[in-house]
Amino acid sequence: MTELSKRPIPPLGQRPRLLEMSDISKVFNGTVTALNGMNLTLNEGDFLSLLGPSGCGKSTALRLIAGLMRPTTGRITWNGKHDRGDIGVVFQEPTLMPWATVAKNVWLPFRLRGQSFASVQERIANALKLVGLEKFHDAYPRELSGGMKMRVSIARAFVTNPRLILMDEPFAALDEITRQKLNDDLLALQSKIGCTVIFVTHSVFESVFLSDRIVVMAARPGRVVQELTVDAPYPRDIAFRTSADYAAHTQVVSEALRRAIGDHADDHL
Amino acid sequence: MLMTTSDPTFDADEARRARNRRIEAVARWAVPLAVVIATVFIWHWWSNSTPQRGMIFPEPLKVWHRFIKDNAMLFGSLMVTLRITFLALAIAIIGGVALAILFTQSRLAELIFFPYAVILQVTPIVSIAPLIFIYVQDPLARVLICAWIVAFFPILSNTTLGLKSTDSNLRDLYDIYGATWWQKLLFLKLPSASPYFLGGLQIAGGLALIGAIVAEYVAGISGSGSGLAFRILEASYRLNYPRMFAALLMIASVGVIIFAATSFLSWFFLRKWHESALRRET
Repeated sequence: MTELSKRPIPPLGQRPRLLEMSDISKVFNGTVTALNGMNLTLNEGDFLSLLGPSGCGKSTALRLIAGLMRPTTGRITWNGKHDRGDIGVVFQEPTLMPWATVAKNVWLPFRLRGQSFASVQERIANALKLVGLEKFHDAYPRELSGGMKMRVSIARAFVTNPRLILMDEPFAALDEITRQKLNDDLLALQSKIGCTVIFVTHSVFESVFLSDRIVVMAARPGRVVQELTVDAPYPRDIAFRTSADYAAHTQVVSEALRRAIGDHADDHL
Repeated sequence: MLMTTSDPTFDADEARRARNRRIEAVARWAVPLAVVIATVFIWHWWSNSTPQRGMIFPEPLKVWHRFIKDNAMLFGSLMVTLRITFLALAIAIIGGVALAILFTQSRLAELIFFPYAVILQVTPIVSIAPLIFIYVQDPLARVLICAWIVAFFPILSNTTLGLKSTDSNLRDLYDIYGATWWQKLLFLKLPSASPYFLGGLQIAGGLALIGAIVAEYVAGISGSGSGLAFRILEASYRLNYPRMFAALLMIASVGVIIFAATSFLSWFFLRKWHESALRRET
């Protein structure tokens, strides 16, 4: 198989469950409650945003799902057999190996499973094509712009065709123009492949544009305060970004976020 | 005043910059060469400035003639010194890197061994060497141990630092993909430590030579060594000053060559990706 396979995405409400977080808490150092009693059901095909102020535990939730740490209480249940190859990750930094070419960086998930470069060369080329970097196959990361590095990082996350992609504020460090372009491309990629995405962000606009589910979180202690759905159909493009529907959704989400921040509103203005 | 040039894309500022680049390209070789030639002339003039001075400060030509005459003996000694230097360096690399890997793997091992590594490093080799010569009988081994002690610490400390400065997000990524210990070491930790290691190698290369020379000095005439340092000592007892100079210049050349070789290695492995080896594009 050289093409990335396409999974169909059923409409919201008819999607099979992918994983369930039940009553998850994470306490650091015995004193700092990063996450308190989080319940979340993730379905296959969801584009779910975790939205909230800093310190609300959204990155902690992501790290728990990635298996990088264990919850203090509660459990995460995967539907069906789960192994580590099911997950792709994109961090806020591109997190590329500077000594390896673009193609060799994208090879990493395969390499760690013991697959030779030659055996997956076509899949790597395909993934690079999907993010528009086919010409930069043999370039080194230092030769790329910030946005291009992020595309390599995305290609690496998608290349194994994982069930779930975790994205931890991936575009926060990029300029507005690059960020919007990457938002468009990410949606196109997700609809082409049909994977599930959890997207951590603190931008209301980004979360509304990208996701069909938004989980609003609050800090001190980190917790889920509200779940919202964005029922606008995909594909979403520039027309959606300027529509009344989009404006209405951003207003609802902004309201929810303001209530979530509550007494601490001043900290984040 | 209005500046006019025939080519509007190549203004006066750019012309000056291009001229500076051309000067720089020539000066890079010409200036050091001129300094060396000037040094030789001043040396010649100084040693001939009084009739007596030439006796203890031989002129360059005399040194050169002695070098040609003693060629076979000096090169034989050079080989002895080189052998010790490179053996010590090789053991320092293997031991230093292995211990660095152990340190980053086990905090306990670091707590146990690091004090010894520091003590060995801060105690001058000249003061340890006589002890080593009491307890170690093998003539090669005793000199080798001295050279190794000096060369090994920069490799150890630099590689440890390098292994510890692996990007934490990349470490997380490897964990998420279920990488094994070996995969993390080979694909992630060693490549990210390589610039630090190569920096340590540059220092260790010079130090291995110094260690070898010092050990030969301590071994002295009584030792069975016949390396370049031994030749200098021997020549000084015989008041053969031209040979002292010839041997000294050979040691200096070996040091320069080692430095050039390790610099080249560093450039060669890092030229594609590391800041230190990249030419700035302006």
